[in-house]
Amino acid sequence: MMTANNIIFAVLFIVLAPLIGGFLDGVDRVFTARMQGRQGPPVLQPFYDVYKLLHKQTTVVNSIQILFIISYTIFTIFTGCIFFAGGDLLLVFFSLSMAEVMLILAAFSTNAPYSYMGTQRELVQMMSYEPMTLLLAIGFYLATSSFKVGHIVESGIPAICQLPGMFIAFIFILIIKLRKSPFDISTSHHAHQEVVKGITTDISGQNLALTEITEWYDNVLMLGFVALFFITKNPVSYVWAVIACLVVYFIETLIDNVFPRVKYMTMLVSAWVVTLVFAGVNMLILSLIK
Amino acid sequence: MYNLPIINVVEFLIVFPFIMAVIVGFMKKANHARSAVVIGGGFIIMAASIYVAVKTLCGADQGERFLTETKGADILIMAGEAFLLCLVIFLSIKYKKYYCILLSAAGTLPILWMDLSGNGVEGQMHIRVDALAAIMYLIVGVVGTLICMYACGYMKDYHHHHTDVQNRSSYFLAMLFVFLGAMFGLISSDNLSWIFFFWEITSVVSFLLIGYTRTQEAVNNSFRALWMNLLGDVAFAGGILFCTFALQISNLSQLTALDQNAVPMVLAPVTLFAFAALVKSAQMPFSRWLLGAMVAPTPSSALLDSATMVKVGVYMLLRLSPLMAGNITGIMVTVVGGFTFFATSLLAISQSDGKKVLAYSTISNLGLITACAGVGQPEAVWAGTMLMLFHAVSKSLLFQTVGDIENCMGSRDIEDMHGLIIKLPRLAFVMIIGICGMFMAPFGMLVAKWAALRSFVDTDSVWLVLFLVYGSGSTLFYWAKWLGKICTVIHRSEAIKDITHKSEYISIVPLTTMIVVMCFAFPWMSDHMIQPVLEETFSSSIPNVIGGSDVLVMLIMLAMLFIVPIGSRVLAIGKKNKMTMGYIAGVNTGDDRHFTDSFGQPKAVYMANWYMEDYFGEKKLLWPVIWVAAVIVVIMLILGIGGAL
Repeated sequence: MMTANNIIFAVLFIVLAPLIGGFLDGVDRVFTARMQGRQGPPVLQPFYDVYKLLHKQTTVVNSIQILFIISYTIFTIFTGCIFFAGGDLLLVFFSLSMAEVMLILAAFSTNAPYSYMGTQRELVQMMSYEPMTLLLAIGFYLATSSFKVGHIVESGIPAICQLPGMFIAFIFILIIKLRKSPFDISTSHHAHQEVVKGITTDISGQNLALTEITEWYDNVLMLGFVALFFITKNPVSYVWAVIACLVVYFIETLIDNVFPRVKYMTMLVSAWVVTLVFAGVNMLILSLIK
Repeated sequence: MYNLPIINVVEFLIVFPFIMAVIVGFMKKANHARSAVVIGGGFIIMAASIYVAVKTLCGADQGERFLTETKGADILIMAGEAFLLCLVIFLSIKYKKYYCILLSAAGTLPILWMDLSGNGVEGQMHIRVDALAAIMYLIVGVVGTLICMYACGYMKDYHHHHTDVQNRSSYFLAMLFVFLGAMFGLISSDNLSWIFFFWEITSVVSFLLIGYTRTQEAVNNSFRALWMNLLGDVAFAGGILFCTFALQISNLSQLTALDQNAVPMVLAPVTLFAFAALVKSAQMPFSRWLLGAMVAPTPSSALLDSATMVKVGVYMLLRLSPLMAGNITGIMVTVVGGFTFFATSLLAISQSDGKKVLAYSTISNLGLITACAGVGQPEAVWAGTMLMLFHAVSKSLLFQTVGDIENCMGSRDIEDMHGLIIKLPRLAFVMIIGICGMFMAPFGMLVAKWAALRSFVDTDSVWLVLFLVYGSGSTLFYWAKWLGKICTVIHRSEAIKDITHKSEYISIVPLTTMIVVMCFAFPWMSDHMIQPVLEETFSSSIPNVIGGSDVLVMLIMLAMLFIVPIGSRVLAIGKKNKMTMGYIAGVNTGDDRHFTDSFGQPKAVYMANWYMEDYFGEKKLLWPVIWVAAVIVVIMLILGIGGAL
């Protein structure tokens, strides 16, 4: 049940996640710029952007749209709270897909072609990574015999030792989840490969700021899963976890800059195959030796 | 409280629907009197079935058994079987589908001969009412009768639109009641020959319902349903003969009480019954009969898909579940179920006909229940029973809403439901709840799926886990895109007239309420409904598969679903947002349907969902999938029966 510790972690997530997420976003932009031989914006640029968006007049297409966007934000934060409060991993993923569906409904409700196309693409993205997210929860269960994040972080050896395949597959679907090229098909951070702005085309002003902030929360949550592979009851492991998160984030940025966007079927097939080969085989072996 | 013996109520429940069928069958006019009779009779059936269910679940934990002397009823049942045989022969000759005669005779004649020649094993109780039966009583008695009530209003509108179809709505309603009676008989019976009789009634009546419109397509589809189900009946009959002559038992409870290690032969009848059950619940490779059944008017689809026909199959599998733990039959049944879950959820992506999506989703979910039953462990049966309950409610609601939408708009294509939330707000709202109930947290189906996933992991069913996780990906896709289609808001769109009858809302409102209430109630349901089933079947109880803090979190989620809309309304007060039109990359002409192109001409916009026909279409996927499943089933029959002998 809930303890004071759990609540503190959840509150810390609510307060710190947007700061960390925004900062990482800024670092990402600088890295990207340097890889492309540009100077790039200041590290705090994402915060300036969001600050400006917050002070703009919001234009909406209909009143339901706001409702869905607020739900998207709240459910994403809620999901993160379940995770950082040590809750059930499967529940975390179910709650996360609910939040995603809210964003999709916000775009659906606008009845505008670019948003609409974004929704279909976003749905294919979800379909691509959904199997892996569920397998990830099962992998942790097989490795530590608990679905609860609170128990997983108290294991003796880091989960990565038993779940190397799962880790690789998770990094792979993280490309989709972090909206990185080659799998940024529903909406992209890069203007040059964007069909208008995909799923966020008809979101503006404060609503767009809210969507941005929610994405930061989401990214921090994703890095939380990466950290979960490394954390044990030994406090030193937290350092390793942070290093791992940074390395993974850097790799994702690198991939983002190296590969051009692919077609959605390529994404679906490759995500499913990678999941099956790495995560599936990992699970098979774990359940055999258990 | 006046204490009515359960057995009397059960007898009443089996006989009364047949009487209702006769009464309704003679009321040819679609007037208020007929609706009143159907609704009144429906409520009586509902009350009686709730009485039996509550009494059983709250009463003794041992299932109650009744009736040893059954001479009169036996004669009646033999006469009934002969009648069904004659009916099938007559219709097969009429429509020149002679192969059905062979199948029907092959199933019925040996059983008739066994009963007439006195070879049948006698002396056992014929009726058994226990916890699993009680749950089925609730599904059939509540969801089933609600569908019958719904049918009154629906059929009136149906014939208003389909003037080319001869109005036989009284016959249609009568058949629905016959179906209910057969269902009550089937779930109350413990004697295998009795079960067989009611099993056959459901086969034949579903055939009659599917062929209701008598168009060429309906006739073809109904005969396809008939031959497949009769094939299942033949397997069932084979199982009975085996039980009688090789094992000297006459009852299902005797069979499930056997130890498969002590009596390895028991696997043969279990395999045969499981085969019959797979056909009934439309598992691959037999799924085509249920898809074909969609030509019939919606109430019959709702009844076949949610509360009755297909549930019979999984009911039988759940009964046999302890005998399938860890043997080849169990493994094959889980593989068929898991494979069906995955394959049909892919096929559902390519469908735009609302009822067809529902049919595929039904087959898919039943596959999951089948897989749960095949695992044969308490946790899996827990999940399977939960799935059965939640599925019955959500699916019948969805069918009814699709039916009403079709009556209002003249189409049930998902593409035509674009902007439903503006066009038919009430039905759209109900449909949103129904769809959320099928796939979103914290609603029932997802909870049950979650439990299924856990039980598969705990029993090391790795292949099932893979089927389940991939299947949930595609399940999410086809439901979410439907949900989005409904939620699209088109400017300057006007509501169209909602012609849904009151009698239809009598059914829709309680079902919607049930979906929401069951979210809160599932821990309670687990304690008072599912645990008794496990105690009976496995004589053990398990800790709740999902409980404790998870329930709390889900209740918070549910609360948020209600608070967020209200909260955001409150926050929006005093704030002025500028309204605009959707971005179309050209000037929106103001109605969200056209834009001005580069030549200054208005052009229409059309937004379609993705169906990915090239990848997941029936043309591409259906037959390969059926062949794979067919091979699995044949292997199951050979190994299951051959291994046992």
